[in-house]
Amino acid sequence: MQTAEETLDEILKLAAAHFKVPLEKLHPDNDFFKTLGIDSLQTLDLLTKLENHFRVEIPDYELQGVSDFRTLAGKIQARL
Amino acid sequence: MRVHETEREAKLTYESSTSVLSWTLESGVIELALHRAPCNELGSLSLEELEKFATALQLMQGEAHALIIYSKMKPGFCAGADLRELYQRSQAMQKLEAAKGVRDFLERIHRVLNLIDAAPLTTIAAVHGVTFGGGFELALTCDLIIADKMARFCFPELRLGLIPGFGGIPRLKRDLGNAVIRDLLLTGRSFNATRAQQIGLVSQVVGEGEALRAARATAAQLAKFDRSTAVAAKKFIKPIPHDELRREIDLFCELFARPAVEEGLRKFAESTDAQPYLP
Repeated sequence: MQTAEETLDEILKLAAAHFKVPLEKLHPDNDFFKTLGIDSLQTLDLLTKLENHFRVEIPDYELQGVSDFRTLAGKIQARL
Repeated sequence: MRVHETEREAKLTYESSTSVLSWTLESGVIELALHRAPCNELGSLSLEELEKFATALQLMQGEAHALIIYSKMKPGFCAGADLRELYQRSQAMQKLEAAKGVRDFLERIHRVLNLIDAAPLTTIAAVHGVTFGGGFELALTCDLIIADKMARFCFPELRLGLIPGFGGIPRLKRDLGNAVIRDLLLTGRSFNATRAQQIGLVSQVVGEGEALRAARATAAQLAKFDRSTAVAAKKFIKPIPHDELRREIDLFCELFARPAVEEGLRKFAESTDAQPYLP
């Protein structure tokens, strides 16, 4: 199984590619709403992208209040 | 004979376009495109145009074998009822008048959706992105749902103190097991196209931006079959759950009258987020 750090790295790469943001601008503790400039609908897009990539299912209510990449990675890691 | 054929082909081409939707009939396939920004919220204007489409559908269906419904809007297929309009209209009215208005809206949209559901054609919803609430219910009227892998389905109504009001529960009950429906309804969570296919809701999951192409390919295949057999088969296996649909309207109206709903709608309408789907 991959480590939490590997999961976090993959999330950053996916988010950078999907929202066309330079990877070097993204940091684990960034507020992704602000850094990516996304609203709640685009967050759902990111969630779908992550679910498809990691082949997991994350109920969106588990992500309420989650706004940084590190916590997001933890939620995904818990379902791998 | 050739001239006659050409004239006949010309006669069989119909189209209409408004600010919220447009439709065409070509080579036996009706395509209904939704294009109201931001994500095809269904309000009074959309309902009026859907009613016009439903009337035209009855005229066209003898000359078509398939109907495809899709969205031209980037965020998704349809985000459901226009809750901001619903809130604003109900605020401008007395409670009794607002309740009557909601019931009237529901009766009208049920008539349209029942017509699409029972149309003697094979109907395909080609969905992508947000397919929520009333948008999900519109897709459920179709015989087949073809989903882009970025599609996301949800019944968020419980978050507002309501149940789906456009026929969602009776149609889900027709298509799926009760446990799945309870999960969808009682948690209000959204789920992706892969999950939707696993539970039997979606017939094909395709790559990003490919749903309409796949729907057109399916519609072309359907043209090879005998129409009357397809119509008879559909009538046999896809009954309209009229009694439950009536009860759904009654229950929705009963719930709508409670103060908790007004508060939920107020929060939604006053949210500064452009699309506050997650309360």
